[in-house]
Amino acid sequence: MTSLLAVAHPSNLPNDIAFWIVAVLAVGGALMMLFSRKAVHAALWVALVMGNLAIMYIMEGAVFLGIVQLVVYTGAVMMLFLFVLMLVGVDSSDSVVETLRGQRAAAAVAGIGFVVLLVGAIGHSGTGGAVGVVGPNLVDGGNVQGLARLIFTRYFWAFEVISALLITAAMGAMLLAHRERITRRRSQRELSIERTRSGAPQPLTAPGVYSRHNAVDTPGLLPDGTPSPVTVPEALGELTGRAPVPLKQWPGRDELERGGGEDL
Amino acid sequence: MSPTGFLVVSALLFVIGSIGVLVRRNAIVVFMSIEIMLNASNLAFVTFARMNGNLDGQVMAFFVMVVAAAEVVVGLAIIVAIFRTRRTASVDDANLLKY
Repeated sequence: MTSLLAVAHPSNLPNDIAFWIVAVLAVGGALMMLFSRKAVHAALWVALVMGNLAIMYIMEGAVFLGIVQLVVYTGAVMMLFLFVLMLVGVDSSDSVVETLRGQRAAAAVAGIGFVVLLVGAIGHSGTGGAVGVVGPNLVDGGNVQGLARLIFTRYFWAFEVISALLITAAMGAMLLAHRERITRRRSQRELSIERTRSGAPQPLTAPGVYSRHNAVDTPGLLPDGTPSPVTVPEALGELTGRAPVPLKQWPGRDELERGGGEDL
Repeated sequence: MSPTGFLVVSALLFVIGSIGVLVRRNAIVVFMSIEIMLNASNLAFVTFARMNGNLDGQVMAFFVMVVAAAEVVVGLAIIVAIFRTRRTASVDDANLLKY
């Protein structure tokens, strides 16, 4: 079998194997993005797709683009996505119900039709062999130098316009992210009065029964000996999955502290 | 490897991205699908550059990357702005312009 393959593609076998691995990983990662319910998982799958695309670029002689792909996409863009996911809420997942009936089936049919159309067009056009970019890469002494010559000569105007686009996008992001303060910032005095009137102890009691445990997830004891959930941060209860459940009739430590601060 | 394989991968990725835009309702996942579509077009550009034996396609792919970066920045800022007012990132809930 291997000899057959080697005869079919005398010199390209390692390249072919690499291509098949990378192609399967890229398409599979994209499919997993499509089917993963949680947005964080989708982001990680997309990062995998981008990394594999970078390998493909390098296999095709676009060394500079491959590295830029790694740095800009997997490094910057996907991390920006993850950052926004953290901001918006990690557990934001899609609901299962279809709001439009038959939307998914219709989308699947349209997608399959689109694939058939595109692949048919590619096969019909008979792409055949490739000239390759080894020659153009060598003209100026390297891929980066060749790209630089093109960008700063033939595509100089497009390059300038695109720089204007980047600056405009940065301005737009600043404008969209900016929030005008409508209400006055509450002073420390007002916050203090509010906290005192809320009936919670000031400052909040520390967690831990120090004679036996001093872990921060151990609730502190009230004077009558009952453990007080207020003393334990809510997040710890979520992490360990046991005891310190915040009491509903009593604001937990996190809620009390969150009250005066800015939200998002 | 012949360019056909790369072009087919590019087509598959583009279609998967477009299905993602059609089906998913989390705005951030929709954005990721758009990114996959842009990357698929980049792969096609790079492959065309190799087929024709010049670097112009790679320059185009470079420009597409810049445009994609600008698009991500503005789009994510819009998502965060919508999330502030609506407390949701679902595209179904941003429907004030619908009626």
